[in-house]
Amino acid sequence: MPVNAKSMVKVFERPKSLTDVQFTYCPGCHHGLVTRIIAHTIDELGLQERTVVVAPVGCSVSMYEWFHFDGIQASHGRACAVATGIKRVNPHLIVFTYQGDGDLAAIGTAESIHAANRGENITVVFINNQIYGMTGGQMAPTTLIGQWATSCPTGRDPALAGYPIRFAEIVAQLDAPVYVTRQSLYDQKRIMATKRAIKKAFQYQVEDKGYSLVEILANCPTNWRMSPVETNRRLADEVVKSYPLGDLVDRV
Amino acid sequence: MAEAGIRAGCRAYFGYPITPQNELLEYMAAHMPKVGGIFIQAESEVAAINMCYGASAAGARTMTSSSSPGISLKMEGISYLAGADLPTVLINVVRGGPGLGNIAPAQGDYFQATKGGGHGDYRMIVLAPATIPESIELVMLAFELADRYRVPVMVLADGMLGQMMEPVLFPEPVDPAALPAKPWAITGARGRRPNRISSYFLDPAELSARNVKRQRRYQQIEEQEIRYEEHETADATLVVAAYGSVARIARTAVRMARSEGIKLGLLRPITVWPFPYSPLRALSRRVDAILTVEMNAGQMVEDVRLAVAERAETPFYGKLGGLVPTPKDILREVKRYAS
Ligand SMILES: Cc1ncc(C[n+]2csc(CCOP(=O)(O)OP(=O)(O)O)c2C)c(N)n1
Ligand code: SF4
Repeated sequence: MPVNAKSMVKVFERPKSLTDVQFTYCPGCHHGLVTRIIAHTIDELGLQERTVVVAPVGCSVSMYEWFHFDGIQASHGRACAVATGIKRVNPHLIVFTYQGDGDLAAIGTAESIHAANRGENITVVFINNQIYGMTGGQMAPTTLIGQWATSCPTGRDPALAGYPIRFAEIVAQLDAPVYVTRQSLYDQKRIMATKRAIKKAFQYQVEDKGYSLVEILANCPTNWRMSPVETNRRLADEVVKSYPLGDLVDRV
Repeated sequence: MAEAGIRAGCRAYFGYPITPQNELLEYMAAHMPKVGGIFIQAESEVAAINMCYGASAAGARTMTSSSSPGISLKMEGISYLAGADLPTVLINVVRGGPGLGNIAPAQGDYFQATKGGGHGDYRMIVLAPATIPESIELVMLAFELADRYRVPVMVLADGMLGQMMEPVLFPEPVDPAALPAKPWAITGARGRRPNRISSYFLDPAELSARNVKRQRRYQQIEEQEIRYEEHETADATLVVAAYGSVARIARTAVRMARSEGIKLGLLRPITVWPFPYSPLRALSRRVDAILTVEMNAGQMVEDVRLAVAERAETPFYGKLGGLVPTPKDILREVKRYAS
């Protein structure tokens, strides 16, 4: 039977805010999902001509190539300071950082906390995959107790390396942030919730409400040495026990 | 220097307290808001330089200031600014080092300022004022050069300049709105293709091409922007080479030497990068010795020796740890070579 193109309904298309440049993420990696969700959100809110991405050092180091809006690459950990400089000079811009757990919660701890504490009107998307992806699977401050990583080959030992850092909780006890939430991506429901959280965070920035942090529990199939399906199971069964999901602050 | 920054059209200042430059930060805190500019006391020098990186990328004339240990912390950021071709003005009110050192005047950061300091193959224009009026002039110039060549520019001062008072006449303020547009800045991709600011180029061919292009700009700077002052060199048989506060002290030594019949002159680099190699080379052809005087163990003297080669003697006299040479110290040293 011949297909009538006119009668077909488009149920899935590439967000306008994405360029044609191919992602460099590994197959099955949640980074790709979040990158796409952000592009979709910017489309929905009609912010393409005002948005600036501050890319970190990590697996998303060149993500400014993938977005069809202005972008800048920040040194490892300093994305929130860079975002502060941009937003203060031009408050009309919608500025977000996108950072891994090494970037945001280890080397960039000071910049991340103080931008939150100043209540910078920016959106921080924090990919907590409990590992250093780009450098090949070393321990992150978020690595679970007992979890294997190349730099804790017998599993993370709290006597040696402390405990998984709950960054959203740290930021949530500050007075300035307006929205702090932790989400995940291990099933369809979670993906939709993450989408709503990211949209809300951007919406608050558009309304000049202030600082938002969206922490997302994500996977790293390559360095966890698991299939994507297994990583989702691990996130749902293990990781959420250390990192409870849900909104921690919503002051609006 | 803070007022000069504002008059140069700087509308974004980020800093972290450190002696001897706190007055600069405090001045910015009080006066930036009056011109609608941005002042943030950052959580560290690292944060401050990265705020500069963002603010500069957004198109504003930006500035940060610090003193030696704080400048060390900024080095990665300076390298990123250079790699992303972003203009920014930095002031280093140099203090005694290494380590925490002390807060006395020193020149121990010459290598760091002129030879890299941060990682990678980059250059930074470095201006070395000797007086407060000149500091103002050079801060204004720093913003011009930074924008013209899209490079970070450092004003290399020392604790003496940082704590001195002199009457000054301020130039007319620059209107930031009247400055040339920056089509590369991130201002929102409205009616144009997205702008991207980055120093990350995974492909060696691409990184190489960018670096080669930048090196050409550096070459242009070396051809066009060398600044120096010669004082009493026309008939000199001996010359002191010194920059910053030390040059000022050396001027007095020149007067004292001349009153005793010693034909002493002074060459003072104003840009220490690009360094005035050729005027020194020219001098070296007609004088017996060029004595370099610094408040360090001998840093600029390496550039002087590069310029002079074996054509004249190139002794060095230095004071360390925040001690300041007196005109008499310099004269005594000069006399060793005057005979
Ligand atoms: C100053 C500095 N130190 C170290 C590095 C090396 N480095 C690159 S990415 C990275 C960690 C990345 O991990 P994460 O932030 O969790 O992001 P992911 O790669 O997992 O997305 C490190 C340590 C660097 N680029 N710069
Ligand atoms: S290394 Fe891990 S975090 Fe990085 S792209 Fe691959 S799967 Fe994703």
